[in-house]
Formats: sequence, C-alpha cells, structure tokens
Amino acid sequence: MSILVDDRTKVVVQGITGREGKIRTQLMKDYGTNIVGGVTPGKGGSEVYGVPVFDSVEEAWEKTGSVDISVVFVPAALVKEAALEAIAAGVKLVVIVPDRVPIFDVLEISSFARAHGASFVGPNTLGLVSPGKAVLGMIGGRAERAKEWFKPGNIGVSSRSGGMTSAISYYLTEAGLGQSTIIHVGGDAVVGLSHPEVMELFEQDEQTKLIVMFGEIGTSQEERVAGLIEAGKLTKPVIAYIGGKAAKSGTRFSHAGAIVEGTRGSYASKVERLTGAGVYVVDAISDIPLKAVELLEAVGGQK
Amino acid sequence: MARIYEFQSKKLLKEAGIRIPEGGVASSPEEARSIAAKIGKPVVLKIQVWVTGRAGLGGIKFADTPQEAKEKAASLLGMQVKNFIVEKILVEEKLDIAAEYFAGLVIDDAGKCPVLIFSSAGGTGIEEIARKNPEKISRISIDVGKGLKEYEVRNMIRKTGISGKLLTQLSRILTRLYKTAHTYDARFAEMNPLVLTKDGIVYAADCHFTVDDYAVFRHPELGIDVAREFDRPPTELERIAYQVEEKDYRGTFYFLQMEENISAEEKAIGFNGAGGGGSMMSMDAVLSRGFKLANYCDTSGNPSASKVYRAAKVILSQPNIKGYFASGSGVASQEQFHSARGLVKAFHEEKINIPAVIRLGGNFEEKAVEILEKYLKDIPGKIEAYGRDDSPEFCARRMEELIAENNYNSHAVALIKEPEIPPERYGFSTVTGKVWIDHKKCLNCLDKGCIQSCSAGILKLEDGKPILAVLEEEVKKGKCTECLACEVFCKFQAEDAIFIHLPIPGLKEYRDKIRGKD
Repeated sequence: MSILVDDRTKVVVQGITGREGKIRTQLMKDYGTNIVGGVTPGKGGSEVYGVPVFDSVEEAWEKTGSVDISVVFVPAALVKEAALEAIAAGVKLVVIVPDRVPIFDVLEISSFARAHGASFVGPNTLGLVSPGKAVLGMIGGRAERAKEWFKPGNIGVSSRSGGMTSAISYYLTEAGLGQSTIIHVGGDAVVGLSHPEVMELFEQDEQTKLIVMFGEIGTSQEERVAGLIEAGKLTKPVIAYIGGKAAKSGTRFSHAGAIVEGTRGSYASKVERLTGAGVYVVDAISDIPLKAVELLEAVGGQK
Repeated sequence: MARIYEFQSKKLLKEAGIRIPEGGVASSPEEARSIAAKIGKPVVLKIQVWVTGRAGLGGIKFADTPQEAKEKAASLLGMQVKNFIVEKILVEEKLDIAAEYFAGLVIDDAGKCPVLIFSSAGGTGIEEIARKNPEKISRISIDVGKGLKEYEVRNMIRKTGISGKLLTQLSRILTRLYKTAHTYDARFAEMNPLVLTKDGIVYAADCHFTVDDYAVFRHPELGIDVAREFDRPPTELERIAYQVEEKDYRGTFYFLQMEENISAEEKAIGFNGAGGGGSMMSMDAVLSRGFKLANYCDTSGNPSASKVYRAAKVILSQPNIKGYFASGSGVASQEQFHSARGLVKAFHEEKINIPAVIRLGGNFEEKAVEILEKYLKDIPGKIEAYGRDDSPEFCARRMEELIAENNYNSHAVALIKEPEIPPERYGFSTVTGKVWIDHKKCLNCLDKGCIQSCSAGILKLEDGKPILAVLEEEVKKGKCTECLACEVFCKFQAEDAIFIHLPIPGLKEYRDKIRGKD
C-alpha cells in the first residue's frame, strides 16, 4: 500500500508559478504523481507543464472534483496563509516545503489542522516518495533520478534530514532493498507529522515490514518513538541512526530542531531510550542495509 | 533563537503593562551613579550578558548610595563572564521581597503548542520542585488559534494554592506574558523571579526572551543583528559570514566558529557540510578520528556557486587549519556541480597548501567530481573528490592520511587583493557581484565556450566577443545565477579573460588584522 500518497491521490501545487514550484511540478508530474492543478492567486487560467492554474485552492477543488493533498512552494512568510487556505478548502494533507517558517505560524497551522482533521508534513521538508507511485515535494530533484534512487519494497524510511532521507533510501536500493514510503519529516523544532506519527502510519501499512529512522539530537521525537514501542503500539522492527553524537549542548547545528538543552534531547538519552525499547541503533549509515537484510529475512519480507 | 538582553526583555514587558523595577541601563560608572541618584533608593546592579547564574559569577551587586553604585559599576563593567565582556549593566531599585514565583513559556514539540508554566515556589531548581512538591507547579497548553484567556490562567494559578488579589494580579501578568511572547515570536520566555514585594505588588524582577530566528524579520525594532543563537556574542568572522547569508537568499550558508584562536599544534580542520543531517553525520565522522573543527558550516538548500565560493573564502580565513573537509548527505537532490565550481574558484584564488577532501554526492555528482579533479590538480594542496558511494567515515580517514602526508602543515591565511580593473573593460553587474570580460583576449579564442557554458543563456557573440544577450537590469535581478561556469571554462580551457568579482564585505580587513597578529 505505502502511506500518505499513491498514484491515485489528487495533488495540487500552491505557488506553482514560482521558480521552485515550476521545477518541482515537472519532477512530480514526470514521476507519475497525479497533479490535478496548481494555485497562484492572480494567475488562474494559465498553465504550467500542462497543469491548469487556479486562483485559489477552493477553485481547484470545485473544478477538479476534490483535492487530497496540497504541496506548498511559497515564500516562508506566506506559508501560514497558504496552509490555512488549503485546510479550509478541505485538503487533508499539506506538504510544506519552505524553510524558515516562523514557529508561531507552524503552531497556528497545527491548531487549525487539528480542528479540521487534517495533517501536514514539514515545514522545511524535502518531501516524500512512495516509490513507483508518487513524489511530493522536491526529493530526488529530477524524476529520472528519483526513479533510479528509490525502488518499491517493504522498508519505510522516516528522517529528520532531507539529504539523509535520499541517502539512506539510495543505499537500501543499492543493497537490493526497496521502500514502501520514504518521508522527510522536516528539520524544524516543531513539525506536522513527526517520527512517532509516521511510525504509527507505517505500523498500519501492510507493505511496510521494517522501518528505518534517521534521528537527530534535539526535540522529543525519538524518545516518543521509544514510548510507542514500550506501549505496544509499534511492533515492527526499527533501525535507527542518531546524528549529532559529537555536538555540544546549547549549540545549534543547521537544523532549528537540532539543539540540545541540558540533557533533554541529547544523543545519549535518545540512544539509551531507543536501545532500551529494542530499536537497533547503528553507528554508521553503511550499517543500515546490512542490518536491514538480516531483519527482513527474519520477518519474511521480500528483497 | 536569537537572544535579547534582560533590559530589552523588560522593556517589552513594560509596554505590555507588566510592572518592572524602576531603573536604567548604564555603560559607564558615572551613568550608573546618575541612575542610582534618580532612583533615590538602594539599588541592584546586574551585568547584561546571556548567561544564567549571574549572581554566582559575581555579576550582581547591591549599592546603598549613588557613590557606591558608581564604584560597584566600575568593578562590573569590563569584567569577563564566560564568553562575554560586560559592556552594559542594569541599575534598578532593590525590591523589598516578600515572596518569589516563576513563570515561563516554552514550546512543546510533542503537543505542537506553547506551554505556560507557573511555580508558586519560585524557579530555582524547578525540576526538583516538580518532583518534591508537584502541587506548587501548574501548567497549561495553549491553543495558538484560540489564544489564551485570563480565566484559564486564573484556574491554572489557583491550583498552586494562590488566591485573592494576588491571584488576579498574577493572572493578568501571565496572560500578558503570553501575549508579549506571541507578539514578539518568542521561542522561549521566562520571568524568574516574579517578585511579590512587602507592599503587595508583583514585579518581573528578571526576565529572559529568546526570539525565533525565522521571525526576526518581523521585528526590526529588536535590533537583532545576527539572528542565530549563540552562547556568546557572534565573532567578527561570523558577522562577516552572516552578511553574506543575509544578502543572498539562494540556499543556506550557516557558519559557526567553534574556536577562534587555533594554534599550529592543533589537529583542526575547516568544515564545510551540506544539509543539516548530512553535515552532522559528516561532523561526527571527522570528530571520531580525533579532529577538532575550527568551524561548523552548512551550505545547502541549492546555494548558488557564488555562495559556496564565499563560504570557502570565509572558512579559509582561519589560520592553522590542517585541512578542508566538505561532505553532505551523499545523495543530495540538488545539482552538485554548482558547489564544485564555487570551491574551484575559491581554492584557486587562495592557492591553498593544505589538503582538501570534498564529498559532493547526489544529482550530477560525476560532473562535480570531474570539475574538482580536472581544475584543482595544479594547486599546492592535494584535493580528492568523492561521491555518494564513498562513506563519510572513509572520507574522514582520507583527510587524516592526506594531512599526515602533508606533514601537518598549517594553513596560512592569504591577503585579499582587490582587483584593479581597467576602466575600458567590458563588465556587468550580477545579484551579488560583477562579471568582467577582457575582450582583447577574446580575439585569440577559437571555441567561445563561455557562450555554451552559460546555463542561463545570457551571453551572445558580437564580432567574436561575448556580450550580454539580455538587459543588464534582468541580469542584476537574478537572470545570471552566478553559476561561475563561464569563468571556470575560460580560465582553464580558453584565454582566462573572464573574472567574476564577488566581494565579501569586511573580509579583507579581517584578514589584514589576523595576519598582523602573527
């Protein structure tokens, strides 16, 4: 099955006429994502790569029947407005690609999404891929590359780093192991779907037999994944790598989310919690495919 | 999280209607004396630095008279506290304390909401209090969409055993704290302590705000010059780097100096990561081999070649580094050759004599590796280029081996010479720089590869000479992506007629200064 998106899911692109919006619409469309429309206020009636452009998400919904997902490519300062618009129109999943979205804007989107039964990925996400079915966002860069790097299979990948989402999935593909869905949850301190929420989706997904998680110092995401396992809500095997082993407390390393305050969110505390819950924590990315082969054989997944 | 000073935080509270002690900021002993005289009561003097536990560090003093305030101020100003030199002190009336409380606002990543916390037992050792006397601490999760009502705060504080006028006073203050924090996009805000005086009035005796980096643009009034969290004021080189980032929106250039004065004996390297997770993983790989990082840097999010060039120039402004290590996630979605060209230009100008290991994995990495290998073979330092199938651990080992082969030679920072361009030279401005073409040399050129190499297609030939094919205004607005392809092509495969000047304000002066120190 895969999670969140497949080849039938109807997708619109907000900010489709901008520089990134245009390029990534081509990537998504070439890959096979079912892009039904784009939205740029004031540019309704035009087209981008054969995709009709509308003035609002509501209009896109009316003209195309319904919209499942919106992928947002607008400047950071306008993200809140765009996300609220999509949710208000009835869209149930918003993928927020831009970086540098103010945290209070994210909290407001979160509050609105909760009230409307919607969810979001990001901000600051490279996106997600259900290999062989659809790409959302900009992961892979170009369709031919995304097709080459990611292959369908039984491993779910969830990562707080965009580059590492691709890297891990590529190394799995190289080892002959395909993926169900790969998702970059975003690098910020507060994100929509975070690791534990993604884990619950993978748990429900029949195609997913094994999960790989790229965690980082900072936030409570990895600790909450350990909590899910301890509560019996996550039973599939998990392999994890935690970045930031050598990072000092109180210093931020690139991702806004990757900051340790005191001992909370530290490398040691995450590794201890995860290991205690039975997660296989590896020291090098190159250990992931090796461990994955071993575990997949045990759970009877196909290569 | 950009921090602001206590006196700035208090100003925000005051504007919101929260009482703060009477006082002012002093930069000299005389100013401290005059503020104390105006207050006309015993005062407290507090150093304005971003560290906690100032009292234990000797940063808080009391004075009964203006003269005493002046003397105490003289001992505080100029003192070194951790990474700070004290430049400002806050002089305030000394409160007559009856009780102390704590109020704080944090953002809960699990609940995706702000959480307001109140303690009726003060804030010192709040975790300890939470364990031993949980009834003295109360908290509320706030729905940002709905906002926070005063009655909700009243119900929260009530649970800690506070009642009467004090309850209404505190409820109003905490409601206003949340509003202020929201207005100024605070990532974190606390009043510790909140002081109840003997005459029954509550004051925010101390207060700290940190502002969300990503929202600093909404608050020019806060005067935050480098919107990044530091546990110290930014270094001069960090300020220079930040200017580059601020003026160029294409991609990210995050630069953090880990150590300012590296000695020739240290095994330190210049670090250029790409992507948050990939940078951290690469950092872990080099640190596990016993290296120190002179700096941490992340050039990602599809930066222009010119931005990567500037990042390399900034990194190479650190004397005594033994090598240059660049590595990202390994499978980047962005085209990798832009970064390669930026590094080629920088390394050539610098003529570096230290080794570099460059791991540019991802889209078009083959082209990136080819550019690095082809054009950097003749510089003094040995350069090795790798892609996605070479692990960061392997690259870190190569870095170590190359540094040993190079006899642990230290990097010497070169002077920057601003180019002298003859007035008749053909040139045009780009987003952040200027392209100069020496048309006399173009006459000897047969293949005119600059035209083909320009991915934006802004050049055309006229009488055998490359000139702009589009309007200069469009070029300046971003039509020229500063991919540096024309310069790199011309320099290595043609007549070396093109020079792209990409100034970095302040870097020349900075280098002059650090070289003067040697």
